[in-house]
Amino acid sequence: MKRPPVLARAAARSLVPFGGERAAALIPQGRFAGPMPWVIAIMVALTTIAAAGGLALSNLAGGANRQLSGAATVQIVEPLAPERERQARAAEAALAELPQVAGLRVVPKAELDALLAPWLGGGGTTGDAVPVPALIDVELRGPADAARLAELRRALAPVAPAARVAAQASWLGPVFAAIRSLQYLALALVLLLALPGAAAVWLAARSALGGNRATIEIVHLLGGTDAQIARIFQRSLGFDAAAGGAAGLTLGTIAVVLLGNQFAALGSGMIAGGGLALRDWLAIAAIPFAGVAIAMLTARLTVLAALRKML
Amino acid sequence: MNAEGGDIVSFDNVGLRYGTEREILSDISFTLHPGGFYFLTGASGAGKTSMLKLLYLAQRPSRGAIRMFGTDVITLPRARLPLFRRRLGVVFQAFPLVPHLSAFANLALPLRVSGVREGELRQPVTDMLEWVGLAHRMEARPATLSGGEQQRVAIARAVIGRPDMLVADEPTGNVDPDMALKLLRLFEALNRLGTTVVVATHDVHLLRKVPDSLIMRLDKGRLSDPTGALRFPPRREPRRIAEADAR
Repeated sequence: MKRPPVLARAAARSLVPFGGERAAALIPQGRFAGPMPWVIAIMVALTTIAAAGGLALSNLAGGANRQLSGAATVQIVEPLAPERERQARAAEAALAELPQVAGLRVVPKAELDALLAPWLGGGGTTGDAVPVPALIDVELRGPADAARLAELRRALAPVAPAARVAAQASWLGPVFAAIRSLQYLALALVLLLALPGAAAVWLAARSALGGNRATIEIVHLLGGTDAQIARIFQRSLGFDAAAGGAAGLTLGTIAVVLLGNQFAALGSGMIAGGGLALRDWLAIAAIPFAGVAIAMLTARLTVLAALRKML
Repeated sequence: MNAEGGDIVSFDNVGLRYGTEREILSDISFTLHPGGFYFLTGASGAGKTSMLKLLYLAQRPSRGAIRMFGTDVITLPRARLPLFRRRLGVVFQAFPLVPHLSAFANLALPLRVSGVREGELRQPVTDMLEWVGLAHRMEARPATLSGGEQQRVAIARAVIGRPDMLVADEPTGNVDPDMALKLLRLFEALNRLGTTVVVATHDVHLLRKVPDSLIMRLDKGRLSDPTGALRFPPRREPRRIAEADAR
């Protein structure tokens, strides 16, 4: 009988961590073999849509807020048309004198008629049958807070007693509140969608563990550490999650672009402010990476918990 | 010889029970020397496999003390056990190899787990396959190997890391007598290089094939040691190692 070769002592001089493809080969690799990549794909697609919706709403609210925060409306609520017009001219002149007013515009009567036509019908609002207030849009230097509005009222009181001053943002307060609610809903959806994704990975990791128990026991008995074994599963499930994430991002992005085009076709000024900027797309592109990170962390914790039951 | 230069393993009043069942092993005390060759015998159900599990650190005892390479492995943190397992080689009756890996990859596994670089793997693995007469089957999957070939790969895998102790559970149980003798010669060759070998077997013919071996006989979970040779073994010079190196 020949002597056995003398080996590992010399080979063990420079050790490297057990990992990479060689380690991954310990468990049979079957991309898209189980449901996990598909579940991740669906989760990432839904998360992409929810995140895009939340970001669009945020942009919409931010844009509208920026536009309206320094804007105020002056109404001349006077039933007699000649007096209303006189007070409107006097108010315009008085406002133009104020240093905190950056700009103003008397809303033309034709424009008012057009705004009211859907409710009052065509033919305009000429005459005093339906007295419509005169409107002046005022752009302030700074936010339309209570102090600035009070200054406007003080300046207008002597020359236009029928003037009513209000911040434009206050008209849209309920709309902003609704938008904020939708944003929170989108955020909650994004967070909730992470849970079934993690659950899918947990199930997949458990299933992979069960299917490869004999191999794991061999590696364990050969002196493989928990971290080494966990890394094998982490890598495998990470690849599956990456594939699912890429597919989900593609599907989600297509849906977002189609929805965006649909909303853009509405031609509403307010909705036009809800487009996605580059930073938003970058945030959306990060979703699959977050999915992969969650998948790998879940896989690691699942495998480590199972291995701790072995000596 | 082990790094500490002392005993490889010592059991002191070890008992093992699963759950609330009666003890499977009771009052087990013995010491294994570096370079010793031991046969563990006993009838079915005597507790051989449980004893081996304790030896290859797959199970903690219910009571007693176990020292391995000079360290108390009962109180050792779980995270440190892999380093001890890397100093052991284990051969099972059912020779479990990783089914989707080639003979080469199965053999390379302990070295990879230990962190040996890929570039340094090929030669020792090839040498070891040659040693067990399977160099020509290095790319074969376990399913295409015969029972004897699989067992030789399993033995080669157990010894490629030059373990301080080799533990084999009925290694000849699934092979013909000729192959059983060949496998035993493999163990002897390894033993001559200084590895302590523990072979669990119920094959009494095998016991006579290794003249210098000591027999650990288990009977209903108790170790028979009438002369006290297992508990207080006579010190022997590692002559066989010196002889092996001189050859």
